[in-house]
Amino acid sequence: MNYKNLVRIALRALNNNKFRGFLTMLGIIIGVASVIAMLAIGQGSKRSIRAQISEMGSNMIMIHPKFDRGGGVRLSASDMQSLKFSDYQAILNETTWVAAVSPSVNASGQAIYGANNTPTTVYGVSPEYLDIRKYEVGQGELFTDNDIRTAAKVCVVGQSVVDELFTNGENPLGKTIRFDKIPLRIIGVLTPKGYNSMGQDQDDLILAPYTTVQKRMLAITYLQGIYCSALSEELTDQAVQELTDILRRTHKITGMADDDFEIRSQEELSSMLSSTTEMMTVLLACIAGISLLVGGIGIMNIMYVSVTERTREIGLRMSIGVKGRHILFQFLIEAVIISVLGGVIGVLLGIGASAAIKYFAGWPVYVQAYSVILSFAVCTVTGIFFGWYPAQKASRLDPIEAIRYE
Amino acid sequence: MEKEIIKIENIRRDFTVGSETVHALRGVSFAIRSGEFVTIMGTSGSGKSTMLNILGCLDTPTSGEYYLDGISVRTMGKNDRATLRNRKIGFVFQNYNLLPKTTALENVELPLLYNRAYTARQRREKAEQALVEVGLAERIHHRSNQMSGGQQQRVAIARALVNDPVILLADEATGNLDTRTSFEILTLFQRLHAEGRTIIFVTHNPELAQFSSRNITLRDGRVVSDTANEAIRSAREVLETLPREND
Repeated sequence: MNYKNLVRIALRALNNNKFRGFLTMLGIIIGVASVIAMLAIGQGSKRSIRAQISEMGSNMIMIHPKFDRGGGVRLSASDMQSLKFSDYQAILNETTWVAAVSPSVNASGQAIYGANNTPTTVYGVSPEYLDIRKYEVGQGELFTDNDIRTAAKVCVVGQSVVDELFTNGENPLGKTIRFDKIPLRIIGVLTPKGYNSMGQDQDDLILAPYTTVQKRMLAITYLQGIYCSALSEELTDQAVQELTDILRRTHKITGMADDDFEIRSQEELSSMLSSTTEMMTVLLACIAGISLLVGGIGIMNIMYVSVTERTREIGLRMSIGVKGRHILFQFLIEAVIISVLGGVIGVLLGIGASAAIKYFAGWPVYVQAYSVILSFAVCTVTGIFFGWYPAQKASRLDPIEAIRYE
Repeated sequence: MEKEIIKIENIRRDFTVGSETVHALRGVSFAIRSGEFVTIMGTSGSGKSTMLNILGCLDTPTSGEYYLDGISVRTMGKNDRATLRNRKIGFVFQNYNLLPKTTALENVELPLLYNRAYTARQRREKAEQALVEVGLAERIHHRSNQMSGGQQQRVAIARALVNDPVILLADEATGNLDTRTSFEILTLFQRLHAEGRTIIFVTHNPELAQFSSRNITLRDGRVVSDTANEAIRSAREVLETLPREND
């Protein structure tokens, strides 16, 4: 017996019952298509979150002073004085995994220009801050190292601040605004970034030399935070480790003692967010998997009916000398053809549905090769698994009874 | 002396129904030689169906020996008997048992699909040849549901002939057909017999005995008569005396 013939026989049998074959396939088609579409939605939202995070600077590392857990009055993180300018210098001099470092001090208050005012925050930073946070200066220019040395009263403003203060379309460049009592000359405007995934307006800010904010606004000498960027997203962990080592040494923390600083990377944020979407993906995949299972039961049901209905045909085949195992293979091949063909159609439909969702609903959708391969493999296995029982029933029929079955 | 195609020796077949044992065959012996046209007759319950199943290698006797073309069948397993059926036996059934919605050619090709020895081209040639032999050269590509009962039975006969069996086993092959068509089919069987085929025709209809070369009658699981038919009637002649259809 050759298997090409068995496939041909199975195809002929299916061809004789096209509509029923299609209905059987429908279960698998819907199952596979939903698996693919659901995984595509899950994967798409995961990717879009990652993209938003990397917009914020996916290799960004933030260092803040940590709460003193020692009791007594707890200070807010910005009032802790444990981060020093010397820490910043140590990082700058010693690091190998960090691409850029910027000190950070900030002051909240009211920005005023003419008759307009708006509440905003001034971030005192070094020019590297723009690289770290992926900001760009759209018009004008950035303050220089010289401005930092002299604590120059200059600033770069975000678009939201411009919109609030320059309501009649004036060019903000060169204008002097006041932040609380300090006059700041605008030397640049940032390219708008819009809202981030947390709903924060990323353009509502003023950037100024950190020395200006330290000395002229807050009158402090310590730093509220240090922002760094790792050489690449993948190297974030090494960079965090290195920064921890440097700071523990400069802060003279040894042995088991707790850090007096906290290092956070976007990695944590992104893994937190992606674990949420991952759970959603698993949930969606479960629903889709169940529908695939139902499809498989559909195959079993139809194959079972088909075996009963074709008892005489099976009897005839046996009487002309077909062995039981060939009957088994014939029905198994039929089941597998149904499920694989259903799988192919399902894959196409799933990809089509994903594209439609993307087009009409505007959801981020991403079809992964592995989900296609997975659902395809699963439906083949489903075909074999659920086709087995009816096929075996067929192969065990008694030819004498089968041939006379009415 | 022609070669013995079938030789059975004291065959018994018992069935257990519930707690009772039914003796379907109680010691049957006979031999059939190549080129014989034998009718096996008997009323229902005579054991002729059981006989047919055993002769067709679908069933094995409880005791006794059965040699088909010199091969002992009694101790063979299911798979070996399946192969034996495929190579040595051609079945013709009362209700034709053609595959539905399948062309005559595909139906006839069926036994050869399960025989590795044939290529696709050889299968087709053999099947076409068999269809020509039964007078269906014009209907090779008709589907089984587009044919009359007589035509379907001819396809079934072609299917039984396609593997060049040593024996053609017909089970009430004219049972579902009207008188005229029955004689057409009988004429075909007689022609095949004249060409040297060995045929066993199992029937409950005593009328058919006069068209074969030998009659074996079974009753209650025993052979009650086994006679050679000296004056074989020609089915063709009977056919010619029948009124034409569509009168």
